[in-house]
Amino acid sequence: MPDSPAHPQGPNRVRPNPTTGAPPATGVNRPAHYAPANPPNSVEVDVLARAQAGDHQAFAQLYSLHKRRIYSLCLRMVGNIAEAEDLTQEAFLQLHRKIATFRGDSAFSTWLHRLAINVVLMQLRKKGLSLISLDEAMEPTPEEGPSRSFGAPDLTLTGAIDRLALERAVADLPAGYRLIFILHDVEGFEHNEIATMLDCSIGNSKSQLHKARLKLRDALRAQGRPEPQTQNRQEAQL
Amino acid sequence: MTSDPKKLSCAEFQAKLPDLIGSGEDASTHPHLQNCELCRALLADLETIAEAARQLFPGVEPPDEVWEHIESAIKSDKDNGNDSGLARQSR
Repeated sequence: MPDSPAHPQGPNRVRPNPTTGAPPATGVNRPAHYAPANPPNSVEVDVLARAQAGDHQAFAQLYSLHKRRIYSLCLRMVGNIAEAEDLTQEAFLQLHRKIATFRGDSAFSTWLHRLAINVVLMQLRKKGLSLISLDEAMEPTPEEGPSRSFGAPDLTLTGAIDRLALERAVADLPAGYRLIFILHDVEGFEHNEIATMLDCSIGNSKSQLHKARLKLRDALRAQGRPEPQTQNRQEAQL
Repeated sequence: MTSDPKKLSCAEFQAKLPDLIGSGEDASTHPHLQNCELCRALLADLETIAEAARQLFPGVEPPDEVWEHIESAIKSDKDNGNDSGLARQSR
């Protein structure tokens, strides 16, 4: 994987550190919700340099620093523990093979996530999903897209969403939407970081996230109805 | 398309929503929402979904076996001469 981010990156602080006194996250535009992922610091910079120089212990430290987020991403994307373990293994093996090519143009965590995302998408393709590349993952087919919301004002979500219902709805999203939603709303990455990971524009990241949320809204509203969701339902709203 | 934010149609407002939300602005103060129950409900739903997402899929650690398998695979790589850029750099 080339180390060629499309956008310059700042420090990889995807969530405000509670210890800094940053305000709590609210609304749809503040994904910050739990501890900072892997903010680069002098320790990690040193560990990374030693791992790039072939120090196995340093590579093991890198694994310890990032295993939770990479495994969680894999698990969220495929929803299967054994598969997520295999994908995590493959992602870190790929990391070991390619770590010397990391030049620091982007945050290491962003670069590693991009690598892991590629591994996940390859697996989804092997499973028969029509995913050939990140581009295709980012562009679900029109019939997979969300309905527009110019009608049915009486069908809104109530204040609280059942967590399991939302997890089911996320699992049913087309992979591209699922990926963006997980990276932004669940993992807390910023749009510029996602754009680097997926090699897309920031605008595309925003647009795809919005469509993912609309799609989830459709699914959750459908779950609240007595009759099963049908294709005609979406057409009726247009 | 009208340039007066208050006179935006729902379609026009919703077309602007991804940028509006992604910019970090408080979308709920947009003039269109003052008189549009439909779009207010839409925004409220999106906020509810985004908030709920923060409770989803708690992060978990992989089992120790994963690292053992990685180490084993790295050793296999080296044994098979499929060495990494890492190793090449260290020579």
